Amino acid sequence: MQNFIRKTWVIADFEIRKILHDPTEVLVRAVQPALWLLIFGQVMARTRLIPGENYLDFMSPGILAQSVLFVSIFYGIAIIWERDLGLTHKFLATPTPRTALVLGKAISAGIRCIPLLFIIYILAALLSVHVLWDPVNIIGIIFLLILGAILFSTFSLIIACLVKTRERFMGIGQLMTMPLFFASNAIYPIDIMPGWLKIISHFNPLTYMIDGMRLLMIGTPSGFSLLTDCTVLAISSAVFVLIGGSLYKRVII
Amino acid sequence: MAIVETKKLTRNFGSFTAVDSLDMNIEAGEAFALLGPNGAGKTTAIKMLTTLLPVTSGEAFICGFNVTTQPNKVRRVIGYVPQMLSVDGTLTGMENLLLFARLYDIPSKECKPRVLDSLAFMGLIDAAKKPVHEYSGGMIRRLEIAQSMLHRPPVLFLDEPTVGLDPIACKTVWEHILQLKKEYNTTILMTTHLMDEAEHLCNRVAFLSRGKLVASGTPQELKDSIHKPGSTLEDAFIHYTSETLSDANNYSNISRERKTAKRLG
Repeated sequence: MQNFIRKTWVIADFEIRKILHDPTEVLVRAVQPALWLLIFGQVMARTRLIPGENYLDFMSPGILAQSVLFVSIFYGIAIIWERDLGLTHKFLATPTPRTALVLGKAISAGIRCIPLLFIIYILAALLSVHVLWDPVNIIGIIFLLILGAILFSTFSLIIACLVKTRERFMGIGQLMTMPLFFASNAIYPIDIMPGWLKIISHFNPLTYMIDGMRLLMIGTPSGFSLLTDCTVLAISSAVFVLIGGSLYKRVII
Repeated sequence: MAIVETKKLTRNFGSFTAVDSLDMNIEAGEAFALLGPNGAGKTTAIKMLTTLLPVTSGEAFICGFNVTTQPNKVRRVIGYVPQMLSVDGTLTGMENLLLFARLYDIPSKECKPRVLDSLAFMGLIDAAKKPVHEYSGGMIRRLEIAQSMLHRPPVLFLDEPTVGLDPIACKTVWEHILQLKKEYNTTILMTTHLMDEAEHLCNRVAFLSRGKLVASGTPQELKDSIHKPGSTLEDAFIHYTSETLSDANNYSNISRERKTAKRLG
């Protein structure tokens, strides 16, 4: 177990160092959530979609979760890129557990998203969103963010191991992102969804991530309870890491 | 006792047999080259021996460990330099090596001295803190070899170590491989398309054709075996593998080689 944790951290450290050497990617990734908040959010706030609630308050945690989803879901392309480079071969030829390779990369996807959290918090505050600045809440959000990133990035890695080429992956990546986003409570509440979509949203892990984030970021009472949100994300992540660990070697075959 | 041993080693991809009943023995301290046209099965054989590819049938042992049933033990006794690039361009040479030192379970106190030692051995100490994307092709190859030797493995696999390098860079890489062999008595199994490379570095050479081992021996034995006065290793290679030369180069092999050559500048 100690070996597993140590190796997982080595892989995560490897990825973090890459971000530190070239942080521009993180800043570029902040453009999309900024546009959602500054344009879509401000326009939708005028429609008074949710009676008695400030739409930007409602939407900000959803946009944070969306950013995590978008960063993580395309993580598989990095796996294909590393395979093409030869790095994956090198990793697989070391005595490192495959699940540690997968989990280390997944954790680094979460760490990659942390700067986005602070950028979104600052933007939200500038837009007069009633953000809770309690450090305990922020730590809780980081925990949920990392769990969500692990889940979606390993899901992406699994797809990459199956489709193996960048071209196929890009198509499937687009196909996965939008249904996950629209079948969640990111930009509208579950209550106003049609019945069939309500059912689907309950099977969508993004819904639970947003539910927990909404509680911790703006104090909206949780629809499922924070414990349920964390449990769903943790169990799904663990299952995906195990599947990813067993499939990872397939990416080079 | 052979340090690398294969018995009827076979790998199929659907109905295509990439490596066909390969029997091979390599003694400790030997440098052995697998030669063959593109698609002959050299890289597939190396991938099976480095535990990257499951074996379809037959057996392979490295330092007595079975590649199928004891893959983790095999990974601890081998170093592997793939044909493609295997270092990260955004990180420095030092960082690349430190990370792999930790993956090879080198105790934390020993990591840095071992990395500095390896960089010095490969003549890269002055470039240790430079990002790898600023390295020349020859420096990258030497860094990759240093990375594979951090845990002092008894067996080193080199898959076309000089592909895409200019003659001067090739020569420097050769010198370092020979030095490595001399200093650490490392057993080397390499693939190459360059006959002079095989002749210069290796004690023994084997020709692969359509996945089968068609001839093996010392370079001199192979030259003599074709009974042609003044023959070269290239003549022997053509003699044993010519029937596959025209149709073996497929799109993915060519693409991989050109990509590697392009990245090495």
